[in-house]
Amino acid sequence: MGVNSNYKRLALYAAGTVAVYALIKLLVLSGFINPYWQRVLDQSMIVAIGALGLSVIFGISGQFSIGHAAFYGIGAYTAGLVTKSLGGEAAAFLAALVAGVFMAALVAFLFGLPVLRLTSDYLGIATLGFGVICKVGFDNANKVIPAMGGATGMTGVPQVADFDWIFLFFILSIVLARNFVQSAQGRSCMALREDEVAANVIGINIFRYKMLAFVFGCGLAGLAGALYAHRYPFLHPSNFDFLPSVDFLIIVVLGGMGSLTGTVVTAIGWVFLLEVLRAVLGMAFMDWRGVIYALILVVTILVRRQGLFGNKEYGFLAPRVFKAKEGPNATVKG
Amino acid sequence: MEYFLEQVINGLQLGMVYALIALGYTMVYGIVRLINFAHGDVFMVGAFIGYFGFTNWNMPWPLAIVVAMIICAALGMTIERLAYRPLRYAPRIMALIAAIGVSFFIEYFCSLKFMFGPNYRVVQRPFEEVYWSIGGVTISNIQVLIFVTAVIMLIGLQYLVYRTKLGAAMRTLSFDHDTARLMGVNVDRTISLTFGIGAALAAVGGVLYAIAYPQIFTFMGIMPGLKAFTAAVLGGIGLIPGAMLGALIMGQAEVMTAAFISSQLRDMIAFSILILVLLIKPTGILGKTQPEKV
Repeated sequence: MGVNSNYKRLALYAAGTVAVYALIKLLVLSGFINPYWQRVLDQSMIVAIGALGLSVIFGISGQFSIGHAAFYGIGAYTAGLVTKSLGGEAAAFLAALVAGVFMAALVAFLFGLPVLRLTSDYLGIATLGFGVICKVGFDNANKVIPAMGGATGMTGVPQVADFDWIFLFFILSIVLARNFVQSAQGRSCMALREDEVAANVIGINIFRYKMLAFVFGCGLAGLAGALYAHRYPFLHPSNFDFLPSVDFLIIVVLGGMGSLTGTVVTAIGWVFLLEVLRAVLGMAFMDWRGVIYALILVVTILVRRQGLFGNKEYGFLAPRVFKAKEGPNATVKG
Repeated sequence: MEYFLEQVINGLQLGMVYALIALGYTMVYGIVRLINFAHGDVFMVGAFIGYFGFTNWNMPWPLAIVVAMIICAALGMTIERLAYRPLRYAPRIMALIAAIGVSFFIEYFCSLKFMFGPNYRVVQRPFEEVYWSIGGVTISNIQVLIFVTAVIMLIGLQYLVYRTKLGAAMRTLSFDHDTARLMGVNVDRTISLTFGIGAALAAVGGVLYAIAYPQIFTFMGIMPGLKAFTAAVLGGIGLIPGAMLGALIMGQAEVMTAAFISSQLRDMIAFSILILVLLIKPTGILGKTQPEKV
């Protein structure tokens, strides 16, 4: 594959992205997507950004986390505080996003220092505990910083994150996650997911790469949270407790462990599923929504136990295949 | 001092209920390495059956407990058969997600109007609450009941696991499924019975919880379930005394924080203890550290 065709691919993807953006814009302007579904769409992209973070932590690097929503919450509250005090101009908004990402990454780093030594289920339980602790923290935050609202929720964050911003960061996150996964660092993370001892033996500093993936993934969660804070006027601690963490986990596993494509598609599908069920069922059967949602989850897992996309990647996210010109074992998957 | 002792007893009461739930978690985890998230919901179903037993169906409360145990055991075995058995040798995370799905299903299905309904229900206690004062410390008959029942269940379980053929099969399974099968252990049946026993214990916990903290609703299982599982990890997952010890620590931590610091911080302290213990001794307080084999 030559340099030229690389640029061609890139141009193709860029054109595709612009086309999707234009199409959605057109649908919105023509009234085909009403504000309600616009909101669902925005929400689905925000969830996808957060889920990409967990996908890097768990799917790619194998670090089990059931506390992802805590970092989502840290990003949301931090960013919310920044714009609440600085106002909603574009510069302040961007500063808030940076602050949200930075705060989530910093907390992830400090929490990861002692905790990432744990493995498998023990790490999961520790992150779950961290999630509960953060929830209690958000509940009582108003005692330290009154603007955070505590258990009654935080209001008054300027709602400046429109579809354009969210779409931009959605695409950026995908590019970032994909480049991380396909870098040498990403490969090291995959190696330690497969076998920590073997990875260590071939010279990978396990702890360093665990930390790298964890901080990166939590940073994405922070970005998602920061966007969320500027899209939904009401932040409540229950948006960031155990159940949203489980949602992220479901998305990553259901999409297929180790597949970023799966994560993105499932995240969007999962958010839409709930809303479509709401639209389809009507008021009389609204009670059944949770039941059907749960059934779909269980049946999907039973039918496709490798997740919807297995560990395969498609399109832009697929790693390029390099073909050597000669030699008996010419094909090396990149 | 009396206030402190009373809080110790309150902590014991809560800890014993957690212990009854934690035992099911730890047994299942010991054998199939699955965090059975639906266990907290089995606990909820147990509480509701007990409540219906002694209010709607006019049963004496001991009978209501037994009925709840039987129904929950059947429920636990059904869940295992339908959702977990097909995934037994799939990646473990798949079974975990299936467990979360089953948990949601039970919660939402039980919230339907023809089931338990979505509302909170206040439990009419099946007997009068009586207080005794011993050296200035007040103890209620409910606390005695919970303590006695939990201890009986624990002793019964220890007997079952260490003195019966089923227990031997369970212990064998916890080491290796294939070897157990070669030794003539009926793997499916043993796992099924383990789920049944765990669910029955959770049902006892549920009914006692409904009597002690008389308000029940269909999502009540989530937090006690999480805490009980945490307790099992704290004590050393897979170990019956570990689950008991962990549950008692969780109960005390929660009640003491609520009594002396702030009731809003109770979960924070309890889970901070968990993280601390995991950092110092990742296999839990009673757990043995196994050398890593390459």
